[in-house]
Amino acid sequence: MLDTLKEPKREVVSSVSREQYVDAFRWMLLGRTVEEKLASLWRTGKISGGVYLGKGQEAISAALGIMLKSGDIFGPLIRDQAGRLAFGEPLIDVFRVHFGSRTGLSRGRDGNVHRGNPREGYHAMISHLGSLISVVAGALLARRFKGDASAIGATTIGDGGTSTGAFHEAINMAAIEKLPLVVVVVNNQYAYSTPNSRQFACSDLVDRAIGYGVEGHSLDGTDLRDCLEVLAHATARARAGRGPQMVVGSCLRLTGHAEHDDAFYMDKSLYHTRLGRDCLKVAETYLQQHQWADEVLLENWRKNAKERVEEAVADAQREPLADPSTETWCPYATQRIAEALLVR
Amino acid sequence: MTITYLEAIREAQEKALRDDQRVYIYGQDVGAFGGAFKATKNLAKEFPGRILDAPISEDAMVGSAIGAAIEGMRPIIEMQFADFSVVGFNQIVNQAATLFWRTQVACPITIRLPSGGNPGSGPFHSQCLESLYSHFPGLVVMTPATVEDAYTMLLEAVEIDDPVIFCEHKYLYNRLKSDALPETGLPYDTARVARSGRDLTIVAYSAMVHEALAAADQLRKEGIEVEVVDLRCVKPFDLKTVLGSVARTARLLCVGESWPWGGVNSEVIASVVTHGFHLLDAPPQRINSKDTPIPFHPNLWGVHKPSSQVIAAAARKLHEW
Repeated sequence: MLDTLKEPKREVVSSVSREQYVDAFRWMLLGRTVEEKLASLWRTGKISGGVYLGKGQEAISAALGIMLKSGDIFGPLIRDQAGRLAFGEPLIDVFRVHFGSRTGLSRGRDGNVHRGNPREGYHAMISHLGSLISVVAGALLARRFKGDASAIGATTIGDGGTSTGAFHEAINMAAIEKLPLVVVVVNNQYAYSTPNSRQFACSDLVDRAIGYGVEGHSLDGTDLRDCLEVLAHATARARAGRGPQMVVGSCLRLTGHAEHDDAFYMDKSLYHTRLGRDCLKVAETYLQQHQWADEVLLENWRKNAKERVEEAVADAQREPLADPSTETWCPYATQRIAEALLVR
Repeated sequence: MTITYLEAIREAQEKALRDDQRVYIYGQDVGAFGGAFKATKNLAKEFPGRILDAPISEDAMVGSAIGAAIEGMRPIIEMQFADFSVVGFNQIVNQAATLFWRTQVACPITIRLPSGGNPGSGPFHSQCLESLYSHFPGLVVMTPATVEDAYTMLLEAVEIDDPVIFCEHKYLYNRLKSDALPETGLPYDTARVARSGRDLTIVAYSAMVHEALAAADQLRKEGIEVEVVDLRCVKPFDLKTVLGSVARTARLLCVGESWPWGGVNSEVIASVVTHGFHLLDAPPQRINSKDTPIPFHPNLWGVHKPSSQVIAAAARKLHEW
């Protein structure tokens, strides 16, 4: 698989408009800019715990994010900064959660990528891979109970996450219920340090779709246009009531597992294959080739992204941090139990 | 008319489904078949589309309930046996139990655990897992001992905004009968003095309440008056009622069917010693099931779990201390 990523077969006339491409590109750019800032904050000790980046996966993530509409459900994973922003995550929330702001959604109780606003259909992952898929499926089941047939749900997982029992159980269950669920498997070739050869023995992960009785799609994760076309197709099919869609995107993780990891174990030759292309650079070239943006405009966008990020960081840094003296130390939502705990 | 503990569970689910459109039931064989123990008998017919048969996927069952709860539903998950719930353990303890803490979004799901053994059930159809689930912050763990509690507490479990592990005891399913279902009951977090006595307190829950009461009957003949406190809910548990009883009797024996290590009994005793050391005239004692897997053969199973005879013997010793 590693060396077989081919240029995708394309329609002569792409269905992707300039507007859509630029929209997705700018989320990619913003996601990359956010992550570069997070890495720098981590290096200077401003962030506790881990910082997990999605460098190299922005095209898939952003494309998925813009395919989702208001009212849809999204369960992103650790390398989905671009998609989170495209789905509507306020920029400041990224930094609030990383800093442990008292004002943030998780109020210092959980950090980094474990953030979300489930009430708004934006789910907050836990570290146990595969376990979010059934949660998104359940949210869709609830929509069905409530008579809402318009929403779809999407969630992402890595190559490593496909080996979990939770992945299998959830997709099988979603297929039985014929839920409008889009599962995007981002095959970035490594799960932490483990290469695909130690993760699965099938020739292509998309073949699993047949086994589950769901529709399968493949895409080139280094090519934004392909990401947009395939994800538009897959999300449309989910919306049309064709049941779960499994999309397998191929790319290379252009970073360590987290910022503490220098990824010394990665096969360096992969960087020189199609897989190893930086999707952001590929998209910039595409924009210029199609005269959808020139270097001046690109530079403007970069500058704009940096300014927005710096502003969000500054705002988040002014907020009070989590404080044991104002923490309720109560994990219960039930009023009666919470009150009893507080009395004690 | 008599109603069994099992029928009370069915009736509670029927009422919850009738009164609250947000309620649905998901579990293996719960639909037309009516559940392995018939706790959902005829509900699929009565509430079309709201009783869903699940694949053998406990992880996905619980995960999907969490997602549905986030969207405002009130799912009831039937585990076919408590023993199988550990396949969905990750979703229960890491996803459901932490959701409110992490996101301020409540997770009102009820997970029914048919618990405890019957003769011949063996190691994987007999477990009592209340101690295990009680360890995790964010979970409520209920252990009803009576027909009335099985009914009112299951209704409360569905109403509560947190994930509830509802440990219903299979041994009581058809053995326990009552004349009618109650309109109301004690609040779930309040322990009940099941029997008053001045000499000794036995704290028990679920099926062990009945073993404790049988032991108390025997001991009364010997002139020992035992007070039996039924915890009803083990997480959180009603320390106030327990301390009140110990204040009267000065002696404490805790009885639970789960394994001894780090369990409900240990927690009750630790709390009593911490907050009521001055009330005690003797060291608190506990009886659990033996610290081995649960044996299949009735000869072994009968002595693996606490029995009224073993409880009575321990109570005598404690009384004489």
